[in-house]
Amino acid sequence: MSDHALSVRELWKIFGARADRVVGTADADLPRSELKERTGCVAAVKDVSFDVDKGEVFVVMGLSGSGKSTLVRCLTRLIEPTAGEIVIDGEDVRSMSTARLRELRRHHVAMVFQHFGLLPHRTVVDNVAYGLEIRGLGKAERHAKAAEYIDLVGLTGNEHSYPDQLSGGMQQRVGLARALAVNPTVMLFDEPFSALDPLIRRDMQNEVIRLHSEVGKTMVFITHDLSEALKLGDRILIMRDGELVQVGSPAEIVAQPADDYVRDFVSEVPRSHVLTLRWVMRDPLPDDSLEGPVMPADRVVRDAAREALDSEHPVRVHDGDMFLGIVDDDAILRVVVAEEGAA
Amino acid sequence: MTTTASPPTRTVSPPPAQQRRGLGLRSFGRRGALAVVVVAWLGLWTALRGRATLEIGGAELTGFHEWLDRQRDSLAAQRDTNWLLQYGVGGISDGLNATVDFLRELISEPAFPRPFPEIGYLGVIGVFCLIAYAVAGLRSMLLVLVSLLAFGALGYWELSLDLLIVTLVAVTICVLIGLPLAIVMARSRKVDAVVTPALDLLQTLPSFAYLAPLALFFGIGPAAAVVTTALYAFPPVVRVAAHGIRHVAPTTVEASRSLGSTPWQQLRTVQLPMAKRTIVVGVNQTTMAALSMATIAALINGPGLGQPVAQALQSLDVGAAVVASLGIVIMAVMLDRVTTAASVRGELATRRGDSARLRRTALAVGVVSAGYLVYLSRTFSWAADVPESPDLGTPIADATSDASDWFIDTFRDSTQALKDGFSYGLLNPLQSVLADSPWFVSATALLAIAGIIAGRRAVVSTAICELVILGTGLWNEAMNTLTTTLVAAAFTMLIAIVVGVWMGRGRLVDTVVRPLLDTLQTLPPFVYLVPFVALFAASRFTAIVAAVAFAAPVAIKLVADGIRGVSPTTVEAARSAGSSSWQTITKVQLPMARGSVVLAANQGLLYVFSMVVIGGLVGGGGLGYLVVLGFRQAELFGKGLAAGIAITALAVMLDRIARYAVTRTGRT
Repeated sequence: MSDHALSVRELWKIFGARADRVVGTADADLPRSELKERTGCVAAVKDVSFDVDKGEVFVVMGLSGSGKSTLVRCLTRLIEPTAGEIVIDGEDVRSMSTARLRELRRHHVAMVFQHFGLLPHRTVVDNVAYGLEIRGLGKAERHAKAAEYIDLVGLTGNEHSYPDQLSGGMQQRVGLARALAVNPTVMLFDEPFSALDPLIRRDMQNEVIRLHSEVGKTMVFITHDLSEALKLGDRILIMRDGELVQVGSPAEIVAQPADDYVRDFVSEVPRSHVLTLRWVMRDPLPDDSLEGPVMPADRVVRDAAREALDSEHPVRVHDGDMFLGIVDDDAILRVVVAEEGAA
Repeated sequence: MTTTASPPTRTVSPPPAQQRRGLGLRSFGRRGALAVVVVAWLGLWTALRGRATLEIGGAELTGFHEWLDRQRDSLAAQRDTNWLLQYGVGGISDGLNATVDFLRELISEPAFPRPFPEIGYLGVIGVFCLIAYAVAGLRSMLLVLVSLLAFGALGYWELSLDLLIVTLVAVTICVLIGLPLAIVMARSRKVDAVVTPALDLLQTLPSFAYLAPLALFFGIGPAAAVVTTALYAFPPVVRVAAHGIRHVAPTTVEASRSLGSTPWQQLRTVQLPMAKRTIVVGVNQTTMAALSMATIAALINGPGLGQPVAQALQSLDVGAAVVASLGIVIMAVMLDRVTTAASVRGELATRRGDSARLRRTALAVGVVSAGYLVYLSRTFSWAADVPESPDLGTPIADATSDASDWFIDTFRDSTQALKDGFSYGLLNPLQSVLADSPWFVSATALLAIAGIIAGRRAVVSTAICELVILGTGLWNEAMNTLTTTLVAAAFTMLIAIVVGVWMGRGRLVDTVVRPLLDTLQTLPPFVYLVPFVALFAASRFTAIVAAVAFAAPVAIKLVADGIRGVSPTTVEAARSAGSSSWQTITKVQLPMARGSVVLAANQGLLYVFSMVVIGGLVGGGGLGYLVVLGFRQAELFGKGLAAGIAITALAVMLDRIARYAVTRTGRT
């Protein structure tokens, strides 16, 4: 329990007049459209459970309407869950009083939004300091703190601009700084970069990677963009129609899709960028050479390809000191060439 | 009804072909049914004309009127014994009277034993300029300065300030009560569901309907004027502010919640600041509504510029009426521009990077100079007294009187012919059909027509309203008022369609005409009567022309917006198929803008009605005249109050029919 930053058990969110009467009945198992027809209720999140480790970047991925945004809002009860259990830092969120919940939001969990949610009538520094102001910090103190985080996200010099004088990417940096400024243990990102154009989006993704390595926060990141999920996620949870379809590392998802839905999803992914050697190796046959180069199991195929193909011998895959298997040229080529065939 | 109503948003989607054929059949059926009703009505009118018209003489009273009179008397008698009257109504009344008197002695009336108010002429100018600068900036300050100088030069310094006092006290009340209510409405659907229909009703009623019932409780004088004004001006600020607060970007509110803010913190740091501009727009609308009602409240002895207008209209002193209403126009423009500027100032100034220090210095200088002017005006009579020259009032009054006399004399024959032709050709026949048919014939015919054009729900509300009108004993008068209203509404729509199409098709026309219409819309209805009295003397015709002039701007704008909103691709397609301009207008633009045209008719009708009632002052007769008469003659008070009730019923009836007709066309 204690090594999880966040645990979710059997979480349900059903919208509708008598939502609380649906969970636990046979109706709850119906597909969405039938449930809607029978009860007038819409099931946004259905029986989802997962754990997020401390310091992990956990990505929730799904198409629009899959319930991922509702899910992330349930975590701090911005949307009140219908049923289930949420534990953050060892504390049960659903049983918290309003005051305790506010404390949680003020000190432990901060969120970054798709449309930024900045205050248009306030300058950048006042926006970043907003969470501290809500906490009741004095002006001088919160401005000093805000300045630190403005610097951290690279906005120094724009302290006294208004949000609409900034580009979309810069506005989201303000949103990031605002969330960071309260020094939370968990950060939630709700499709933070979907509204940005592709180049800016890539910059911001790199920014998140950099910040993660610098501040090491636990992050729950919502996205509908698979490449974003693969790029940022230590683990990925795939949702469809409110239900959890698969949880796993990027390589796991690509190499072993749980069903056709996920397979379809990942079919266009450049596999060599995602798959690690662990997923392409095999046990050595008696006549295999065991003199090839040694590589770690979590090396991505693309990074291993050049050296592996140059070598006369198949690559030996190790996890630490333990020998796991070998990867021959064919295995590498299967991954790389299949991709070009698909493209 | 100068302020109302942002038109409800409609989505006009082209009906599928199947439905269109059905519509064609149905509208033919509707037209046929309408024809049948009219023919039957005319037949019964010919046969039964003059019987059971429920006409009553000028001084004749029904039991209901006498009962109302007795209620007034008993209310007056209980004023010192009944707890509610004494401390509730009496307390409010005393408080308001005291407030208004205090402000009047502060700036407009001699504060005994001084021969001048506490703050005299120069002091008032200084203080108001300072306020204008502080809330709205330099340009507004200059406008206020010029306006105040004009009030003095027109010879209406005190009355102008009195009007300003009544208006601003009423606006203050509206904001103090309205803003919290708006906040609650924005946060609670239940409250919203209760308050919105009440506001709808308040906005439907013409200003005249407020006068009598409030006079019943508050008597006549400043308190009644303030309460009437506040009640009439109340809806816009509540509605607009609630809308503004409710539509603050939800992400921003959510972001604030996600950081652990309390509801109060959300309100203070997110919702109110972000809705500030919209709220000030609401205050602007409320201010303009208050001004228009405050002028009319002169009829129940409300202090201010409305009084000389009302007196001049009664004695047909065109010159005096023009000068006083010029003062009202100036005040309307001043209040409108200042409140509008106030809504953009704060943001604009910070964006432009105006130095806060500079502004603070300017404000400090302003405070000191205003203080010095106040000191002067309290110390020296030359600074306290309104200067006698320049006197613009007398020459303007003389010139317009002369011009009016000249016009009326010179064109006596042609205007008389116009009026007669209008009366005999159109007005009298229609009035005869409506008012000279037996009441049950007219009532049934109206029910049938309501049903045909607006559906079953309209029949129900029409029936209820007809019963109320019958109950007031003023059926015949109500039919007269209805006649005038329908004729004026028809002309309004004619003008609205012609000018609206012209504006909708030409950018240039639009840019020229629109600001003019916007300004016309800010003027209080009272002012509209004056030029037409100058041209046509007092008559029913005058009331109709004034009503058309009053209602046309809003209707024109709605039609123009509708025409402009027609998809340019469709118009282009019509043109490429070789349509002439006429064909494009009649076959494409007007049919596609039908929703807007119907909405324009709806709004036009209500505006016309509220003005027709006021036209009772200048020979329009009907219910409005009875209301005015009720304040002048104590024994007719009950009848005037009954007329007020009949006006309310008629307004609700017209509004419901028009509204259901709109939703109906909206749906098909």
